[in-house]
Amino acid sequence: MKLTKEEQEMLDGKHGRAVKKSMEILTALGDIFGAERLISVASVQIAGVSYHNLGEAGLDFLAEMAKDGKTRVLTTLNPAGMDMENWRALGIDPEFARQQERVIEAFKRMDVITTCTCTPYFVGNLPRFGDHIAWSESSAVCFANSVLGARTNREGGPSALASALTGRTPEYGLHLDANRQAKIAVDVKAELNGADDFGALGYAVGKKAGSKIPLIRGVNAASVDELKSLCASIATYGGTAMFHMEGVTPDKATPADETIEVTAEDIANAKRELNDETDIDFVSIGCPHASLTEIRRIAELLRGKRVTKETWIHTARPVKRTADAMGYTKAIEDAGAKFACDTCMAVAPLKGRFHGLATNSAKACYYGRGSNSFKVKLKPLEECIRIATEE
Amino acid sequence: METLAGRKIFAGKASGQALVSSQPVSFYGGVDPDSGIVVEKGHPLEGKSVAGKILVFPSGKGSTVGSYTLYRMKKNGVAPAAIINKECEAIVAVGAIISEIPCIDRIDIEKIADGTNVTVDAAKGEVSF
Repeated sequence: MKLTKEEQEMLDGKHGRAVKKSMEILTALGDIFGAERLISVASVQIAGVSYHNLGEAGLDFLAEMAKDGKTRVLTTLNPAGMDMENWRALGIDPEFARQQERVIEAFKRMDVITTCTCTPYFVGNLPRFGDHIAWSESSAVCFANSVLGARTNREGGPSALASALTGRTPEYGLHLDANRQAKIAVDVKAELNGADDFGALGYAVGKKAGSKIPLIRGVNAASVDELKSLCASIATYGGTAMFHMEGVTPDKATPADETIEVTAEDIANAKRELNDETDIDFVSIGCPHASLTEIRRIAELLRGKRVTKETWIHTARPVKRTADAMGYTKAIEDAGAKFACDTCMAVAPLKGRFHGLATNSAKACYYGRGSNSFKVKLKPLEECIRIATEE
Repeated sequence: METLAGRKIFAGKASGQALVSSQPVSFYGGVDPDSGIVVEKGHPLEGKSVAGKILVFPSGKGSTVGSYTLYRMKKNGVAPAAIINKECEAIVAVGAIISEIPCIDRIDIEKIADGTNVTVDAAKGEVSF
């Protein structure tokens, strides 16, 4: 790979140890994937924040990088293993909390903005169409590539940090036009409404098209919240880092060689797959993190009611602060539901605390079953709140 | 003595006994970071320790958190002494770099028999036995 004079100096250690280590990571990845050069990135999103996944060694690595590493571009963080302010009330072990705080402190020392959300685009990390970025978090990567038309590969935690500390990423994969073309056309022959339907679509497309970039046709309208749900689901069940949707996404999509259909029956089957036989003791909304639109709707549905199941809403803290100012938070908390900001059920240590989860997120069903051993039900938002409040 | 030439992923020298897997390895969830023992059900190396071995396998697989698992193993003193891949991918490459484990790829790994004593010179991209 060709390096500029400055990049060579960074690799040689003239810009400090953290930059040297970062350049070792980026040049090795560039060589493995056949990149010809490094390119500048406009922003970074780092995953690998929960102490649950990092462990003591991961924390050591971050502390080591934080000795002389500083971000060169806007860098935000993925969810942590707990609500950073309200963890006690949510039943998090104080020892876990102490370690999680050390992780966040290490990122802060590097000037990473400690937003702790999987929806960085809701809190000021909003790349433009065509921007090169280095993001991790599969749902956010898919949203950036597909909905925004920015360009990123699916980075791991260390490679995203390496891009943050150098402002560079190797030019390969989804940074290049040739690799962003649709490989399979998907004709959707079903009416879709709400995050749960779009999650079921992601499941159906993911199972049929795998990691091939699909061109989805026949979906005439999709809200940001519906697209957010689709991105999370298609990345979880198919492994793809982007899709095109005719009339909705901004990248130019050329016709694909192969065409498949997703019918109303496929959507119904996906929903059957994502609904276990179970009673519900836990309702979780906000995977990916809830938007203001969703929080406003939840407040409306809960006003004057009382929840009978443990009900958590996951969102980015700046979004919650706006909900506070609007009185949405009060309506939700007066009903007995709780906010768990900065975190989500995929990364928090919740195993054993609940057994039956209701959610409007197909991705949450996957992690609920896998990481937490819950039985799950995928339902529309309104139905989730009805379940939460039923006697 | 036979020498095979490949590509450097992370420089360094190491000698030891080859532990060879015909199947890809997932470090996150697949290897216990405290003991270095492979725990993936049905894996050809299940129950074996990778600690101090020259670990030979086609490529990595699974979650990107696996890079941090390798780092944990290194800190716990149970990491492999070196890694030889057929085709290295991002999880193992990043794990080797942050953990400073000598690592090479593009090696015809079928030529290395399990249990052979091998020497890796990763800067040169060479393995000899």
